[in-house]
Amino acid sequence: MLDRDEDILKAAEDWQKAGRGVALATVVETWGSAPRPAGSSLVINDEGTFLGSVSGGCVEGAVVTEAMDVIQSGKPRMLEFGVADETAWNVGLSCGGTIRVFVEKVG
Amino acid sequence: MKLAILHELNAERAARRPVILVTDTESGEQRLVKAADFAKDPLRAELDKQLRMGKSASVEAGGKKLFLNVYAPTAKLVIVGAVHISQALAPLARSLGYDVTVVDPRTAFASAERFPDIPLVAEWPDTALPPLNVDAYTAFVAVTHDPKIDDPALLHAFERNCFYIGALGSRKTHAKRGDRLRAQGAKDSDIARIHAPIGLAIGAVSPSEIAVSIMAEITAVLRLPPKEKEEAA
Repeated sequence: MLDRDEDILKAAEDWQKAGRGVALATVVETWGSAPRPAGSSLVINDEGTFLGSVSGGCVEGAVVTEAMDVIQSGKPRMLEFGVADETAWNVGLSCGGTIRVFVEKVG
Repeated sequence: MKLAILHELNAERAARRPVILVTDTESGEQRLVKAADFAKDPLRAELDKQLRMGKSASVEAGGKKLFLNVYAPTAKLVIVGAVHISQALAPLARSLGYDVTVVDPRTAFASAERFPDIPLVAEWPDTALPPLNVDAYTAFVAVTHDPKIDDPALLHAFERNCFYIGALGSRKTHAKRGDRLRAQGAKDSDIARIHAPIGLAIGAVSPSEIAVSIMAEITAVLRLPPKEKEEAA
Protein backbone atom coordinates (compact mmCIF):
# COMPACT_ATOMS: atom_id res chain seq x y z
CA MET A 1 0.00 0.00 0.00
CA LEU A 2 2.79 2.37 0.81
CA ASP A 3 4.90 1.98 -2.28
CA ARG A 4 5.41 5.10 -4.31
CA ASP A 5 7.47 3.89 -7.23
CA GLU A 6 4.66 2.91 -9.52
CA ASP A 7 4.64 5.76 -11.99
CA ILE A 8 6.77 3.56 -14.14
CA LEU A 9 3.52 1.87 -15.23
CA LYS A 10 2.34 5.19 -16.61
CA ALA A 11 5.63 5.43 -18.51
CA ALA A 12 5.07 1.91 -19.85
CA GLU A 13 1.70 2.95 -21.24
CA ASP A 14 3.02 6.24 -22.64
CA TRP A 15 6.00 4.58 -24.34
CA GLN A 16 3.82 1.89 -25.86
CA LYS A 17 1.36 4.48 -27.19
CA ALA A 18 4.28 6.43 -28.67
CA GLY A 19 5.10 3.37 -30.74
CA ARG A 20 8.03 2.00 -28.75
CA GLY A 21 8.55 -1.68 -28.01
CA VAL A 22 8.13 -2.04 -24.26
CA ALA A 23 8.78 -4.78 -21.70
CA LEU A 24 7.87 -4.97 -18.04
CA ALA A 25 10.01 -6.88 -15.53
CA THR A 26 8.47 -7.68 -12.13
CA VAL A 27 9.96 -9.31 -9.03
CA VAL A 28 7.62 -12.25 -8.35
CA GLU A 29 9.52 -14.15 -5.67
CA THR A 30 12.33 -13.47 -3.26
CA TRP A 31 14.34 -15.62 -0.87
CA GLY A 32 16.71 -14.37 1.76
CA SER A 33 17.40 -10.68 2.02
CA ALA A 34 16.49 -9.57 -1.49
CA PRO A 35 16.91 -5.86 -2.03
CA ARG A 36 13.43 -5.18 -3.47
CA PRO A 37 10.15 -6.86 -2.51
CA ALA A 38 7.84 -8.87 -4.78
CA GLY A 39 5.87 -6.52 -7.00
CA SER A 40 8.80 -4.17 -7.65
CA SER A 41 9.13 -3.51 -11.33
CA LEU A 42 11.33 -2.20 -14.07
CA VAL A 43 10.02 -0.97 -17.41
CA ILE A 44 12.29 -1.10 -20.44
CA ASN A 45 11.86 0.22 -23.99
CA ASP A 46 13.47 -0.89 -27.22
CA GLU A 47 16.00 1.94 -27.04
CA GLY A 48 17.33 0.49 -23.79
CA THR A 49 15.83 3.26 -21.66
CA PHE A 50 14.54 1.93 -18.35
CA LEU A 51 12.75 3.14 -15.22
CA GLY A 52 12.26 1.56 -11.81
CA SER A 53 14.25 -1.29 -10.27
CA VAL A 54 14.11 -4.96 -9.40
CA SER A 55 17.21 -5.00 -7.22
CA GLY A 56 19.65 -2.56 -5.74
CA GLY A 57 21.20 -2.15 -9.18
CA CYS A 58 23.01 -5.49 -9.31
CA VAL A 59 20.91 -7.25 -11.96
CA GLU A 60 19.18 -4.46 -13.90
CA GLY A 61 21.73 -4.69 -16.72
CA ALA A 62 21.02 -8.37 -17.28
CA VAL A 63 17.25 -7.80 -17.09
CA VAL A 64 17.44 -5.06 -19.72
CA THR A 65 19.32 -7.40 -22.07
CA GLU A 66 16.72 -10.17 -21.60
CA ALA A 67 13.92 -7.62 -22.03
CA MET A 68 15.22 -6.78 -25.51
CA ASP A 69 14.70 -10.44 -26.51
CA VAL A 70 11.24 -10.47 -24.97
CA ILE A 71 10.26 -7.32 -26.91
CA GLN A 72 11.42 -9.10 -30.09
CA SER A 73 9.81 -12.49 -29.45
CA GLY A 74 6.73 -11.40 -27.51
CA LYS A 75 7.20 -14.46 -25.27
CA PRO A 76 7.38 -13.91 -21.51
CA ARG A 77 10.22 -15.48 -19.54
CA MET A 78 11.22 -16.04 -15.95
CA LEU A 79 14.70 -15.05 -14.79
CA GLU A 80 16.38 -16.08 -11.58
CA PHE A 81 19.24 -14.24 -9.94
CA GLY A 82 21.26 -15.05 -6.88
CA VAL A 83 22.59 -11.92 -5.32
CA ALA A 84 26.27 -12.76 -4.85
CA ASP A 85 27.36 -12.79 -1.24
CA GLU A 86 30.03 -10.20 -1.87
CA THR A 87 27.61 -7.83 -3.58
CA ALA A 88 25.04 -8.43 -0.90
CA TRP A 89 27.60 -7.62 1.77
CA ASN A 90 28.45 -4.35 0.05
CA VAL A 91 24.84 -3.17 0.16
CA GLY A 92 24.47 -4.20 3.77
CA LEU A 93 22.77 -7.57 3.26
CA SER A 94 25.12 -10.03 4.85
CA CYS A 95 23.26 -13.22 3.97
CA GLY A 96 22.67 -12.77 0.25
CA GLY A 97 19.37 -13.32 -1.50
CA THR A 98 17.69 -14.74 -4.58
CA ILE A 99 15.04 -13.16 -6.76
CA ARG A 100 12.82 -14.37 -9.60
CA VAL A 101 11.88 -11.78 -12.19
CA PHE A 102 9.04 -12.19 -14.69
CA VAL A 103 9.66 -10.34 -17.95
CA GLU A 104 6.77 -9.72 -20.35
CA LYS A 105 6.10 -7.63 -23.40
CA VAL A 106 3.60 -4.76 -23.12
CA GLY A 107 0.98 -4.51 -25.87
CA MET B 1 0.75 -7.39 -20.55
CA LYS B 2 -2.05 -6.38 -22.89
CA LEU B 3 -2.30 -2.65 -23.40
CA ALA B 4 -5.98 -2.73 -22.38
CA ILE B 5 -5.06 -4.25 -19.01
CA LEU B 6 -2.23 -1.75 -18.47
CA HIS B 7 -4.58 1.10 -19.35
CA GLU B 8 -7.25 -0.13 -16.92
CA LEU B 9 -4.63 -0.68 -14.22
CA ASN B 10 -3.37 2.89 -14.58
CA ALA B 11 -6.93 4.25 -14.55
CA GLU B 12 -7.79 2.35 -11.35
CA ARG B 13 -4.59 3.51 -9.67
CA ALA B 14 -5.26 7.12 -10.66
CA ALA B 15 -8.75 6.81 -9.14
CA ARG B 16 -7.24 5.41 -5.91
CA ARG B 17 -9.12 2.11 -6.25
CA PRO B 18 -7.25 -1.03 -5.14
CA VAL B 19 -6.69 -3.79 -7.71
CA ILE B 20 -4.70 -6.99 -7.96
CA LEU B 21 -3.11 -8.14 -11.20
CA VAL B 22 -3.13 -11.96 -11.40
CA THR B 23 -0.46 -13.39 -13.71
CA ASP B 24 -0.01 -17.04 -14.65
CA THR B 25 3.77 -16.97 -14.72
CA GLU B 26 4.00 -20.00 -17.00
CA SER B 27 1.57 -19.00 -19.75
CA GLY B 28 1.80 -15.23 -19.22
CA GLU B 29 -2.00 -15.03 -19.05
CA GLN B 30 -3.29 -12.15 -16.95
CA ARG B 31 -6.41 -10.68 -15.45
CA LEU B 32 -7.08 -7.62 -13.33
CA VAL B 33 -9.37 -8.03 -10.31
CA LYS B 34 -10.94 -4.97 -8.69
CA ALA B 35 -11.37 -5.07 -4.91
CA ALA B 36 -15.13 -4.71 -5.41
CA ASP B 37 -15.10 -8.03 -7.29
CA PHE B 38 -13.01 -10.04 -4.81
CA ALA B 39 -16.06 -11.61 -3.15
CA LYS B 40 -17.09 -13.50 -6.29
CA ASP B 41 -13.54 -14.52 -7.29
CA PRO B 42 -12.30 -18.10 -6.85
CA LEU B 43 -9.10 -16.68 -5.32
CA ARG B 44 -10.98 -14.44 -2.89
CA ALA B 45 -9.22 -15.66 0.28
CA GLU B 46 -5.77 -15.02 -1.22
CA LEU B 47 -6.81 -11.72 -2.78
CA ASP B 48 -8.30 -10.47 0.51
CA LYS B 49 -5.22 -11.41 2.46
CA GLN B 50 -2.67 -9.89 0.07
CA LEU B 51 -4.60 -6.65 -0.25
CA ARG B 52 -4.94 -6.32 3.52
CA MET B 53 -1.19 -6.84 3.90
CA GLY B 54 -0.49 -4.59 0.93
CA LYS B 55 1.92 -7.26 -0.28
CA SER B 56 2.43 -8.91 -3.64
CA ALA B 57 3.11 -12.65 -3.62
CA SER B 58 3.32 -15.85 -5.66
CA VAL B 59 0.68 -18.47 -4.88
CA GLU B 60 -0.27 -21.88 -6.26
CA ALA B 61 -3.89 -22.47 -7.16
CA GLY B 62 -5.54 -25.10 -9.32
CA GLY B 63 -2.14 -26.48 -10.33
CA LYS B 64 -1.05 -23.07 -11.60
CA LYS B 65 1.70 -20.78 -10.37
CA LEU B 66 0.16 -17.37 -10.06
CA PHE B 67 1.67 -14.05 -9.12
CA LEU B 68 -0.65 -11.63 -7.33
CA ASN B 69 0.61 -8.09 -7.79
CA VAL B 70 -1.16 -5.77 -5.37
CA TYR B 71 -1.78 -2.17 -6.36
CA ALA B 72 -3.23 -0.37 -3.37
CA PRO B 73 -3.44 3.41 -3.08
CA THR B 74 -1.06 5.24 -0.76
CA ALA B 75 -2.92 5.68 2.51
CA LYS B 76 -3.68 9.20 3.60
CA LEU B 77 -3.96 10.58 7.09
CA VAL B 78 -6.03 13.69 7.68
CA ILE B 79 -5.44 15.27 11.07
CA VAL B 80 -8.01 17.83 12.13
CA GLY B 81 -6.38 19.93 14.82
CA ALA B 82 -2.87 21.38 14.64
CA VAL B 83 -2.29 20.63 18.32
CA HIS B 84 0.72 19.31 20.24
CA ILE B 85 -0.23 15.64 19.60
CA SER B 86 -0.43 16.41 15.87
CA GLN B 87 3.14 17.74 15.88
CA ALA B 88 4.26 14.26 16.92
CA LEU B 89 1.62 12.37 14.90
CA ALA B 90 2.28 13.99 11.51
CA PRO B 91 5.97 13.05 11.16
CA LEU B 92 5.35 9.60 12.68
CA ALA B 93 2.57 8.88 10.16
CA ARG B 94 4.76 10.12 7.35
CA SER B 95 7.54 7.75 8.37
CA LEU B 96 4.97 4.93 8.12
CA GLY B 97 4.28 5.93 4.52
CA TYR B 98 1.09 7.98 4.86
CA ASP B 99 0.38 11.16 2.92
CA VAL B 100 -0.37 13.52 5.79
CA THR B 101 -2.42 16.73 5.83
CA VAL B 102 -3.17 18.84 8.89
CA VAL B 103 -6.32 20.97 9.00
CA ASP B 104 -7.04 23.69 11.56
CA PRO B 105 -8.77 27.04 10.99
CA ARG B 106 -6.82 28.55 13.89
CA THR B 107 -3.79 30.12 12.23
CA ALA B 108 -1.92 30.31 15.52
CA PHE B 109 -2.00 26.50 15.57
CA ALA B 110 -1.67 25.73 11.85
CA SER B 111 1.66 27.44 11.32
CA ALA B 112 4.64 26.29 9.26
CA GLU B 113 6.92 26.87 12.27
CA ARG B 114 4.97 24.26 14.24
CA PHE B 115 4.67 21.85 11.26
CA PRO B 116 7.75 22.09 9.08
CA ASP B 117 7.30 20.26 5.74
CA ILE B 118 3.76 19.05 6.53
CA PRO B 119 0.93 20.19 4.23
CA LEU B 120 -1.30 22.51 6.28
CA VAL B 121 -4.75 23.89 5.52
CA ALA B 122 -5.73 26.78 7.78
CA GLU B 123 -9.44 26.69 6.91
CA TRP B 124 -12.66 25.43 8.50
CA PRO B 125 -13.41 21.78 7.73
CA ASP B 126 -16.25 22.67 5.34
CA THR B 127 -13.75 24.48 3.10
CA ALA B 128 -10.61 22.48 3.84
CA LEU B 129 -11.86 18.89 3.53
CA PRO B 130 -13.65 18.56 0.15
CA PRO B 131 -10.49 19.26 -1.93
CA LEU B 132 -8.52 16.65 0.05
CA ASN B 133 -10.49 13.79 -1.58
CA VAL B 134 -10.90 11.93 1.69
CA ASP B 135 -11.72 8.30 0.80
CA ALA B 136 -11.76 4.68 1.99
CA TYR B 137 -7.94 4.68 2.00
CA THR B 138 -7.88 7.60 4.41
CA ALA B 139 -7.42 7.49 8.17
CA PHE B 140 -9.10 10.45 9.80
CA VAL B 141 -8.43 11.84 13.25
CA ALA B 142 -10.12 14.77 14.96
CA VAL B 143 -8.09 16.11 17.87
CA THR B 144 -8.99 19.78 18.37
CA HIS B 145 -11.27 19.17 21.40
CA ASP B 146 -13.48 21.89 19.86
CA PRO B 147 -16.90 20.65 18.66
CA LYS B 148 -17.16 23.56 16.21
CA ILE B 149 -14.19 22.08 14.34
CA ASP B 150 -14.29 18.34 15.16
CA ASP B 151 -18.01 17.73 14.59
CA PRO B 152 -18.31 18.88 10.94
CA ALA B 153 -15.01 17.11 10.23
CA LEU B 154 -16.34 13.81 11.61
CA LEU B 155 -19.55 14.13 9.58
CA HIS B 156 -17.37 14.44 6.47
CA ALA B 157 -15.35 11.36 7.47
CA PHE B 158 -18.56 9.29 7.85
CA GLU B 159 -19.74 10.37 4.44
CA ARG B 160 -16.42 9.42 2.79
CA ASN B 161 -16.23 6.01 4.49
CA CYS B 162 -12.72 6.44 5.93
CA PHE B 163 -11.15 3.14 6.99
CA TYR B 164 -10.29 4.62 10.37
CA ILE B 165 -11.99 7.44 12.27
CA GLY B 166 -10.67 8.50 15.65
CA ALA B 167 -11.49 11.37 17.97
CA LEU B 168 -9.82 12.66 21.09
CA GLY B 169 -11.80 12.78 24.30
CA SER B 170 -12.84 10.79 27.34
CA ARG B 171 -15.84 8.46 27.32
CA LYS B 172 -17.94 11.27 28.80
CA THR B 173 -16.83 13.75 26.15
CA HIS B 174 -17.49 11.11 23.51
CA ALA B 175 -21.02 10.43 24.75
CA LYS B 176 -21.84 14.14 24.42
CA ARG B 177 -20.25 14.18 20.98
CA GLY B 178 -22.47 11.25 19.95
CA ASP B 179 -25.57 13.21 20.99
CA ARG B 180 -24.49 16.28 19.03
CA LEU B 181 -23.63 14.28 15.89
CA ARG B 182 -26.94 12.38 16.01
CA ALA B 183 -28.73 15.71 16.23
CA GLN B 184 -26.96 16.65 12.98
CA GLY B 185 -28.13 13.50 11.21
CA ALA B 186 -25.40 10.96 11.97
CA LYS B 187 -26.55 7.34 12.36
CA ASP B 188 -25.74 5.15 15.36
CA SER B 189 -23.61 3.02 13.05
CA ASP B 190 -21.57 6.14 12.15
CA ILE B 191 -20.99 7.01 15.82
CA ALA B 192 -19.98 3.41 16.48
CA ARG B 193 -17.22 3.75 13.89
CA ILE B 194 -15.41 6.43 15.92
CA HIS B 195 -12.46 5.14 17.91
CA ALA B 196 -12.78 7.09 21.15
CA PRO B 197 -10.93 7.37 23.42
CA ILE B 198 -8.47 7.45 20.52
CA GLY B 199 -5.54 5.05 20.22
CA LEU B 200 -4.63 1.65 21.64
CA ALA B 201 -4.57 1.49 25.44
CA ILE B 202 -0.81 1.51 26.05
CA GLY B 203 -0.84 3.97 28.93
CA ALA B 204 0.33 6.81 26.69
CA VAL B 205 1.02 10.05 28.54
CA SER B 206 3.10 12.42 26.40
CA PRO B 207 1.96 13.75 23.01
CA SER B 208 4.53 11.50 21.30
CA GLU B 209 3.27 8.42 23.16
CA ILE B 210 -0.31 9.28 22.25
CA ALA B 211 0.82 9.58 18.62
CA VAL B 212 2.31 6.07 18.86
CA SER B 213 -0.93 4.69 20.30
CA ILE B 214 -2.95 6.33 17.50
CA MET B 215 -0.70 4.98 14.73
CA ALA B 216 -0.69 1.54 16.38
CA GLU B 217 -4.50 1.54 16.31
CA ILE B 218 -4.62 2.74 12.70
CA THR B 219 -2.12 0.02 11.73
CA ALA B 220 -4.22 -2.65 13.44
CA VAL B 221 -7.37 -1.52 11.63
CA LEU B 222 -5.51 -1.48 8.31
CA ARG B 223 -3.71 -4.80 8.61
CA LEU B 224 -5.53 -7.23 10.91
CA PRO B 225 -8.23 -9.51 9.57
CA PRO B 226 -11.71 -8.58 10.89
CA LYS B 227 -11.84 -11.22 13.68
CA GLU B 228 -8.45 -10.41 15.22
CA LYS B 229 -9.32 -6.74 14.91
CA GLU B 230 -12.27 -7.24 17.27
CA GLU B 231 -10.04 -9.03 19.74
CA ALA B 232 -7.44 -6.21 19.68
CA ALA B 233 -10.09 -3.52 20.27
